[in-house]
Amino acid sequence: MAETVTTCAVGLQHYLALGSILFAIGIFGVLTRRNIIGILMSVELMFNAANINLVAFNRFVHGGDLWGQGFAIFVITLAAAEAVVGLALVLAIYRTMKTTYVEKMNLLKG
Amino acid sequence: MIDHAYWIVLMPILASFIIFFFGRFFPMKGAELGIASMGYCLIHSLYIFGTVAGEPGFTSELSITWFRFGIFETQWGFLIDGLSALMLVVVTLVSLLVHIYSLSYMKDDPRFKRFYAYLSFFTFAMLILVVANNFLQIFIGWELVGLASYLLIGFWFEKTSAANAGKKAFITTKVGDLGFFIALMMIFSLLGTLNFDQVAARVSENLISPTVAGIIALLLFWGAVGKSAQVPLHVWLPDAMEGPTPVSALIHAATMVAAGVYLVARTYFLFEHAPFALEAVAWTGGITALLAATMALVATDFKRVLAFSTVSQLGYMMLAMGVGDKVAGMFHLTTHAFFKALLFLAAGSVIHATHENDIRKMGGLSRKMVWTFITFAVALWAISGLWPMAGFYSKDLILEATLNSHHYVLFGIGVFVAFLTAFYMTRLFLLVFVTDPRNPEIYNHAHESPPSMVLPLMVLAVLAVFSGLVFEYVIPIHKLLELPMSAESAAMAEEAVHHVWPVWAVPALSTVVAAGGILLAFLFYVKPVFSPQRLAEKFRPVHTLLVEKYGFDEFYLAFLVKPLDMLSVGLAKLDYRVLDQLGVDGTAWLTERFSRMNAWFDRVIVDGLVDFWGALTQAGGSIARLVQTGWVQNYLLFFVLGFAALMAAQLRLTVTDILMLFKGF
Repeated sequence: MAETVTTCAVGLQHYLALGSILFAIGIFGVLTRRNIIGILMSVELMFNAANINLVAFNRFVHGGDLWGQGFAIFVITLAAAEAVVGLALVLAIYRTMKTTYVEKMNLLKG
Repeated sequence: MIDHAYWIVLMPILASFIIFFFGRFFPMKGAELGIASMGYCLIHSLYIFGTVAGEPGFTSELSITWFRFGIFETQWGFLIDGLSALMLVVVTLVSLLVHIYSLSYMKDDPRFKRFYAYLSFFTFAMLILVVANNFLQIFIGWELVGLASYLLIGFWFEKTSAANAGKKAFITTKVGDLGFFIALMMIFSLLGTLNFDQVAARVSENLISPTVAGIIALLLFWGAVGKSAQVPLHVWLPDAMEGPTPVSALIHAATMVAAGVYLVARTYFLFEHAPFALEAVAWTGGITALLAATMALVATDFKRVLAFSTVSQLGYMMLAMGVGDKVAGMFHLTTHAFFKALLFLAAGSVIHATHENDIRKMGGLSRKMVWTFITFAVALWAISGLWPMAGFYSKDLILEATLNSHHYVLFGIGVFVAFLTAFYMTRLFLLVFVTDPRNPEIYNHAHESPPSMVLPLMVLAVLAVFSGLVFEYVIPIHKLLELPMSAESAAMAEEAVHHVWPVWAVPALSTVVAAGGILLAFLFYVKPVFSPQRLAEKFRPVHTLLVEKYGFDEFYLAFLVKPLDMLSVGLAKLDYRVLDQLGVDGTAWLTERFSRMNAWFDRVIVDGLVDFWGALTQAGGSIARLVQTGWVQNYLLFFVLGFAALMAAQLRLTVTDILMLFKGF
């Protein structure tokens, strides 16, 4: 059993690694994208990295109940709502500032 | 008209102001206004005098409240009784004549208008004093008279001597006024009122002791000494001759010097309470009369002789007051006012004609100035006290009073002064009018004065002749001036009746000495039986003493003026060195130094601290603002790094662990 596990099965670490990589890409995207749409997309990546973690932990550590999956569905819902609010803000910002590039938005610069 | 007596006072001051401000619009520069107002005053005064004379003991008091504080009330009063009615007539009459006389005398003066304004003002001041019913008002009039005399004596102020004479008159009388003022304060603080009637009532109730009453009386008398030019404050009067001659006439006859005598008469109830005060008055009067008469013997300035004569006659009046006969004093004041005004106006006429004051350069003017000569002769007759002239009655009354009050020394002085008076007046008369002309130039240019100057002379001459008779027989002056008598004065009058001397003794004696004086003068100056020069040689020290006027002026100069001067200079130096330089300037210097230090501290320390905090904040801010880029991604980066750092701390990871972690990949 253990051999099969070690040889072919995809383990918890792989999922966590995938989550970490996705999260890191997300962060990288947030920090480097100039376009606000891209930043929003990167934030979605980070949500999904979290979701992968939740589902993986539920599958490997908890077993039985589907708390992790349920939680992931909530996160997806929230992400949808967040995207709505975020895009609405982007729209409003674009209307007033005629741009979607974040480096132009420095009104709070001291 | 008695109720409207205040018009007598108001008219002159109104005239004075109108002349002063609008005189130039009048054809005669306002002189007619002064004369008209004075004429009105004379008529009104005569009416009042008639009423009072017809009704002995008549008194009318009209008063207007001026101001009040507490129970004390100050009034403007118009007190009409025999005394003030008599003075009203004398003042307005002489003033009117002087006004008329000045028309010609001052004709060419550039300040003609101002002269009339001053004359009216002078009269106003005297009238305020005369009608006063309280001490304060009499004091106000008193000071106004002093001011007016200052203005008029120094009228020709371009001359230093005239300006100085004005100052001297003002300051010398001010020395006397001080006494008056102290008396005023004493009366007010001790008796609580300044009204004559009330003061008299409270004094007779013995609210103050006779000693205090006497001290007050003496202080009042000290004021009168200054104003009426008694020894030792007589020094201003001869110098007052620097003023225009009509002014001298006014000062010597009606206003100013009469004020002192009038004050004593008005406040006589105080003197009656204190025999020692009366004694002082009598002796001051007697000594003044004697000293002034002797000084007049050697004076060579026309007006100065008359001035000394005035001082001497004022001494007579004070003598009369002092020996208890107020009526005689006022009688002599009245008659003297007429003949002395006459003498001065005649002197003015002579000076006007000759432009010369020195009698040694005159002579023989009787041929040139007939009317002046005649009127002067009348005045001479009157002042010498020969029957039936005015001076005869009034002077004899004084001598009688002196004799009957048993002042034998003073009586002797009085008789001797009568002799001297006759002598020096005759000397003056002879040197000016009778003897041969000594200066042909002056003699040839002399001429009779214009009618407006001669007319007042004639009026005064008539008065000099008849005023004595009138007051002796027609309007008995005793009845006119008699007030409800106090106990003392009644006793005194009682005593006076019981004189041991025959009634004819005094008139006879005075006539003899006066005639003797006149005769002696003739022997000296007309028939050269005696030579004045040789007499002067023989008694050189005495002569010098008299010419030097007993050295009063020098004494005052050496012992009062000079030390005061020196003291003042010393004090001024002290003031400058100590107070100004050390005190004020020193304090200023210290303050400035201290302020500079303070300013430095303020600037460097206090401001420095404030600035330091400001700079510090600014520096902190300029560092802190580096992270505030405004880029949201920057902030996010900090957030991520911070979170990472927190995580590392939470997991107790060290730098090595992290490096190890990366090594693993």
